[in-house]
Amino acid sequence: MGKRSVIPFGPQHPVLPEPIHLDLVVEDERVIEAIPSIGFIHRGLEGLVKKKDFNTMTYIVERTCGICSFQHGMGYCETLEHIMDVEVPDRAKLLRTIWAELNRMHSHLLWLGLLADGFGYENLFYQCWRIREKVLDLHELTAGARLIFSVNKVGGVLRDIDEDKQKIILNTISEVEKELLVIEKTFFNDYTVQSRLKGVGILTKEKAHELGCVGPFARASGLNVDLRKLNYAGYGMIDLEPITSNDCDSYARCYVRLKEIYQSIDIIRQAISKLPADKTISVPVKGNPNGEFITRLEQPRGEAFYYVKANGTPYLDRMRVRTPTFANVLGLCEMLKNTELADVGLLVLTIDPCISCTER
Amino acid sequence: MGKVSKSPWLLHYDGSSCNGCDIEVLACLTPVYDAERLGVMNTGDPMQADILVITGGINSQNQATVKQLYDQMADPKVVVAIGVCACTGGVFKECYNILGGVDTTIPVDVYVPGCAARPQAIIDGIIKGVEIYNERAAKLESKGGNQ
Repeated sequence: MGKRSVIPFGPQHPVLPEPIHLDLVVEDERVIEAIPSIGFIHRGLEGLVKKKDFNTMTYIVERTCGICSFQHGMGYCETLEHIMDVEVPDRAKLLRTIWAELNRMHSHLLWLGLLADGFGYENLFYQCWRIREKVLDLHELTAGARLIFSVNKVGGVLRDIDEDKQKIILNTISEVEKELLVIEKTFFNDYTVQSRLKGVGILTKEKAHELGCVGPFARASGLNVDLRKLNYAGYGMIDLEPITSNDCDSYARCYVRLKEIYQSIDIIRQAISKLPADKTISVPVKGNPNGEFITRLEQPRGEAFYYVKANGTPYLDRMRVRTPTFANVLGLCEMLKNTELADVGLLVLTIDPCISCTER
Repeated sequence: MGKVSKSPWLLHYDGSSCNGCDIEVLACLTPVYDAERLGVMNTGDPMQADILVITGGINSQNQATVKQLYDQMADPKVVVAIGVCACTGGVFKECYNILGGVDTTIPVDVYVPGCAARPQAIIDGIIKGVEIYNERAAKLESKGGNQ
């Protein structure tokens, strides 16, 4: 047995845009154990419910995370709509679905880019982010901002997507699909990429289930979990089949996420074709919420849940978000055992960590 | 906009931002905005960096890390605060764990507002940072260089 030593990883690390700290116990070059410590970005966002009224909180909840900001806003609004017994018009539901899927596309493309950067393929990183800019242009076209676009409100959405914009969306996602087909070959067939990803960081199906992993990370370990099947927002009107893989390694995670971009493109097409002629996009909401409720939804990174407890005043008692990365960190620590030190950066990336969400 | 005569190397640190500004900083370096045509390079090593780009406000846990990163950088150095959270604390100003903007801990030279700050604004802020950097470098040289 070699001598054990502890190597700190992060909080500032070239491979990660966000601070996470791991204490890696290593024996020679092999990781024996990883001990995470988080809390570098804790802001105390949930505490703001005492100071801001429930409508203003919509915009603050969207700032939980800049990458999946729309879905955070949507989860919070849906929770309040359940408490206040508001039925959102079908058009608003489908518009939410479209924006949520655009969000997922840009998030997955971002991740693919970071993964490519993680194993040192800078050209591929640039290609992914170049395609991603097209999706961000769609955000800007339909909602007026690139990342945090605040189109949700309790009772519906604030903007409509008219027919001209629908056409532009359909054209752009077809372009994205075409360009993805070119990039896909590199991710799936390239010898060097495969040697970095195949068989690295294995998390078995049983372990993934036991540790409560969620999202594409769990689906890559063969668990068929996709909360979009719960039919929140407009997903009830849409056909989709969760994408899973039984390989359980980093390559499978890459495969699942890449295929999910095609799935999102398909969902956007379905949603646009099903938009009703009725142009109502929101219903008026009167009074203050009273009661409590939990909503679950599928973010790009997995299951997120929103808990709201209201007391009949404009200020809520409690608001709680449980984010997917928090569930996946346990899986990460399990997966890091018995891997090479050189792979750690890449493996941390494969759970698609979003530390800002996790620490709020 | 002045002439860029020095290739600035960036060190990016996420204070307590929501990720929005972080990925916009990264988007600056990728094809559509391509700040690399101005010589900007992202480095992970504070000792080689000229410009510290910070997103997000300061909280009690990351205060020491930010200070340490700033101290590790060689003179002359410039700090650019990206996004409204890094400037003043932004929407999180009233949160119990936020001490305020980056200037509560280290001196800030350029403030780039926005939520999330747009890549155009970030590139503009970095170019302003380079001007300040050049002035400082000239001043340091007239004094006899870096000790």
